[in-house]
Amino acid sequence: MTDSVPPLDLRGFTRPGQGSGLFDVIRRRYLLSLIVRKDVGVRYRGSVLGWIWSYVKPAFQFVVFFFALGVFLRLNNSTEVYPVYLFSGMILVNLFNEAFSNSTRSLVDNGALIKKIFLPRELFPVSATIVAIINFLPQALVTLIVCLFVGWHPTLVKIVGLFVALAIVLVLATGLGMLFGAMNVSFRDSQNFVELIVMVVTWASPVLYPWTAVRSVLPPWLLEAYLLNPITSAVELFHAGFWYPTTSGAPELPPHLMLNALVGLAVSILLLGVGQLVFKRFEGRFAQDL
Amino acid sequence: MPRTSDTTTHAPRIYLRNVSKRFRLRHTHSFKESFIAALRGKQLSTSFDALHDVNAVIGEGESVALLGFNGSGKSTLLKLISGVLVPDDGDVLTRGRIAGLIEVGAGFHPDLSGRENVYLNGAILGMTRAEIDARFDEIVTFSEIEQFIDTEVKHYSSGMFLRLAFSVAIHTEVDVLLVDEILSVGDEPFQRKCLAKIRELQRAGKTMVVVSHDLEMVSSLCGRGILLEHGRVVFDGDSKDAVSLMRSR
Repeated sequence: MTDSVPPLDLRGFTRPGQGSGLFDVIRRRYLLSLIVRKDVGVRYRGSVLGWIWSYVKPAFQFVVFFFALGVFLRLNNSTEVYPVYLFSGMILVNLFNEAFSNSTRSLVDNGALIKKIFLPRELFPVSATIVAIINFLPQALVTLIVCLFVGWHPTLVKIVGLFVALAIVLVLATGLGMLFGAMNVSFRDSQNFVELIVMVVTWASPVLYPWTAVRSVLPPWLLEAYLLNPITSAVELFHAGFWYPTTSGAPELPPHLMLNALVGLAVSILLLGVGQLVFKRFEGRFAQDL
Repeated sequence: MPRTSDTTTHAPRIYLRNVSKRFRLRHTHSFKESFIAALRGKQLSTSFDALHDVNAVIGEGESVALLGFNGSGKSTLLKLISGVLVPDDGDVLTRGRIAGLIEVGAGFHPDLSGRENVYLNGAILGMTRAEIDARFDEIVTFSEIEQFIDTEVKHYSSGMFLRLAFSVAIHTEVDVLLVDEILSVGDEPFQRKCLAKIRELQRAGKTMVVVSHDLEMVSSLCGRGILLEHGRVVFDGDSKDAVSLMRSR
């Protein structure tokens, strides 16, 4: 090329393919709503039970854990209202696990589209998280009804705590989903690694057993680390909001729970930022690596 | 080198400056494979230049044909302009809303009805809800599948599917339309209709970048042709000259 392009007035020009990340998702919320509706509508299409599956799965999980841990290991005797304890923690961890693993896989699942049309790719992990919320809501409603049935006396702070717990779980799941999802495009090891994390998460927080059982075996500094896990804080906030107000008030909640939860929320927001940065770094290669 | 005299009367729509794109062909696909290959000192990837130092300015209202044999980099260039790919070197700058008819129907979901797919795809191509509402009837009429619009797309014949997908794409409110090998949609009457629609958009001052192997059609549709060979621009000028140069190679 002997003649190069003359200099131009570049006002009004943009670089295609360089969006402003999660803010673009807010700007394209109509598209987001359609993608969510598509995922929700298509999810159980072709199955006879349809959306009942999203009740059947947690119900079975609950029954299995209840008998194995509540009856055989006698947690039912040592923990007040153990069924509510178990269910309220379980649905929150399930929400995290579903949002996290679905958003990790979301980019690969939508590969055909990503390769052909440019749209803010952050839409896919965010939409996966929203679909997980939609799946979670009926379970939360069931929990609430059971709580009312057995006698629920929450304070306002405890109800606020429920929403803080949700914020922690959703921000963390989206951030980690973007992080691992972006890596998953080039290395499918990522989604297997996420499966491992998901398996550990349920057991690394006091979902099936009370936190006091951990206190009795761990040295204090290790217990502190255990309690600083954002998921642990979120689960304990759910226990504080749903289960604790149905007990006699005798069970012990972890110390400075709200403080730990706020630290957890800050960590989650930080990880969302890290997830977005890594996502942006990897994004340029999505279309060629998928 | 021959160039078009300045056809750009307005500010340009697309501005390509020293654009290069390399593809790395990875030979490993997991952490483990990469690690072992690195230990053995094997090459982890080879790269080739899909585009090399491409310069072009495409003005408002211009229609440009990208010509070249398979593997010359036409589709890569189109993907760079649409933002699906980003360049390794140089600048790709665009002005206004751009929609690609790069492989129509990419965003269609077989389990959704025709109606739902029109909205989903319209939104994917950047339309707002109000814009789709306003154009919905026009889109359906153009595709000629009115009676099947509420049927799931998986039950469509391939012709019906392509007609609807093309119809959504062509009715998108855009400034720049990128067209990749899609004018072979449907039967002959429908193809004629598509061409007529494209000419109508040209008259309305839309900018177009067209890739097609139908050299006759593309040179009659576009005034300007850019001939690519192995990722380099070898000719940029009148589309008829570009086609005859291409045939002489």
